[in-house]
Amino acid sequence: MPVEPPITSPRTLADAYAQLAEGPVTPIAGGTDLMVSLTGELGEPPERMLDLWHLDELRGIALDGDSLVLGALTTYTDLRRSSLCREHVPALVEAAATIGAAQIQNRGTIGGNAVNASPAGDTLPVLLALDATLVCGSVRGERDVPATAFWPGYRRTALAPDELLVRIRFPLVAGRASRFRKVGTRRAQSISKVVMALAYCAGTDGGLWTDVRLALGSVAPTPIRASATEAVLEGRPPIPAIAELAAETLAAELHPIDDVRSTAEYRRVVSARVLHRLIREAGGW
Amino acid sequence: MTAYRFAVNGAPVEVDVPGMRRLLDVLREDLALNGTKEGCGEGECGACTVLLDGSPVDSCLVPVCQVDGSAVLTVEGLAVAPTRPGQADGLDELQAAFLVTGGAQCGICTPGMLMAGRAYLDGGGGPDHDAIREAIAGNLCRCTGYTKIVEAIALAAVTNDGDAVR
Ligand SMILES: Cc1cc2nc3c(=O)[nH]c(=O)nc-3n(C[C@H](O)[C@H](O)[C@H](O)COP(=O)(O)OP(=O)(O)OC[C@H]3O[C@@H](n4cnc5c(N)ncnc54)[C@H](O)[C@@H]3O)c2cc1C
Ligand code: FES
Ligand code: FES
Repeated sequence: MPVEPPITSPRTLADAYAQLAEGPVTPIAGGTDLMVSLTGELGEPPERMLDLWHLDELRGIALDGDSLVLGALTTYTDLRRSSLCREHVPALVEAAATIGAAQIQNRGTIGGNAVNASPAGDTLPVLLALDATLVCGSVRGERDVPATAFWPGYRRTALAPDELLVRIRFPLVAGRASRFRKVGTRRAQSISKVVMALAYCAGTDGGLWTDVRLALGSVAPTPIRASATEAVLEGRPPIPAIAELAAETLAAELHPIDDVRSTAEYRRVVSARVLHRLIREAGGW
Repeated sequence: MTAYRFAVNGAPVEVDVPGMRRLLDVLREDLALNGTKEGCGEGECGACTVLLDGSPVDSCLVPVCQVDGSAVLTVEGLAVAPTRPGQADGLDELQAAFLVTGGAQCGICTPGMLMAGRAYLDGGGGPDHDAIREAIAGNLCRCTGYTKIVEAIALAAVTNDGDAVR
């Protein structure tokens, strides 16, 4: 039988913060990661839980100045239906469409994906590539953590035990293109063997790429930026010679591992091929 | 424990159970609605699919505290749902279509397939097989090979009497 730890369902964020401040409680958002872990067979269950689902302060998709802001409880279905998201963060919408299937997309949240901190979490490389900021909140107030500092180690986040992820902010960058690719065993319900997000601004000056961001998941203990490969692409056009060089650089830069889903060699080769193809598609050759 | 109130198949219910109890267990054990099945218990198979405020969810992944104030539709509610009167033998047109195409064999996946299919049709989905396959991508069937299930949903989409969007 699944375990049923005690849980409260606060209706305000302030109440939720107060409960978190009182002692160890485990938040639950859409439950699509957490419920699976509560079978009673996977180690110690949480002592007390905190239901975030009724906290409307953690919902909503809106423009705020020069950012697009998504509440932590934004589901994949919300993302896919949002015209703001389709316009400003298309790679995130593409990622959402590959996660689980309808049932998972209706409950799974972007906040849960980020805090679950699986190296295979599909939105994590997108957050890195789009320079997202994760806003964390507690009784002490709110603080901003850049995506590059949010996953310090394997399945760890920058959140303090009494903090919630409140929302995620994406800077709006004029002329930025973003792409997403996931390689799994089947189209639905599969965990990534390799997941990649690429963002860049293609200038009018002969299509040179600037502000290149390349991020990957499932190839390291945390989602990572591939900075050597970014440097190869920065200031260069998407032409065959650059695509070759970038793919080689990426293959040399990655140090994935063998696991149940794939092998290190497969991941390295496929990552390089996927990048090559993204560059080729962008270059139109 | 807290009392949780919500609607199941149009009727109000109140259950006094631990908030982390899975909706699946509340339906089957506490409310004696055994139509919803458990296949995997971890969100992979879709056998436990019900509609929560009209959207398909895996009831094995939803704690009942999150259902408070919502409306749940289970397979038991298809044939008698107040919005769908008057089919032959009271069957919903999708259930009837499963009978016509032979969409059920052992039947374990069927309640979940029906609910995922119902949500697809309620959302205005048509007979396009690719779209249907995406809609049931979270539902596994180890018997039929899916073709007859897809055909059933497509058949219901065209016999929906033109009121696809309800
Ligand atoms: C069948 C199936 C298929 C899946 N497919 C994919 C896939 O293709 N790609 C993928 O990336 N993932 C996949 N997942 C995993 C899961 O659906 C996602 O990680 C999802 O985004 C988790 O969100 P949630 O709201 O359900 O999180 P929950 O399970 O509610 O929580 C996950 C973790 O985050 C914490 N948490 C959640 N929200 C907050 C918050 N706001 N502040 C602080 N802590 C918080 C919880 O305490 C918990 O530790 C799949 C899961 C299943 C069951
Ligand atoms: S029993 Fe819920 S998805 Fe399999
Ligand atoms: S009919 Fe047996 S699993 Fe689908």
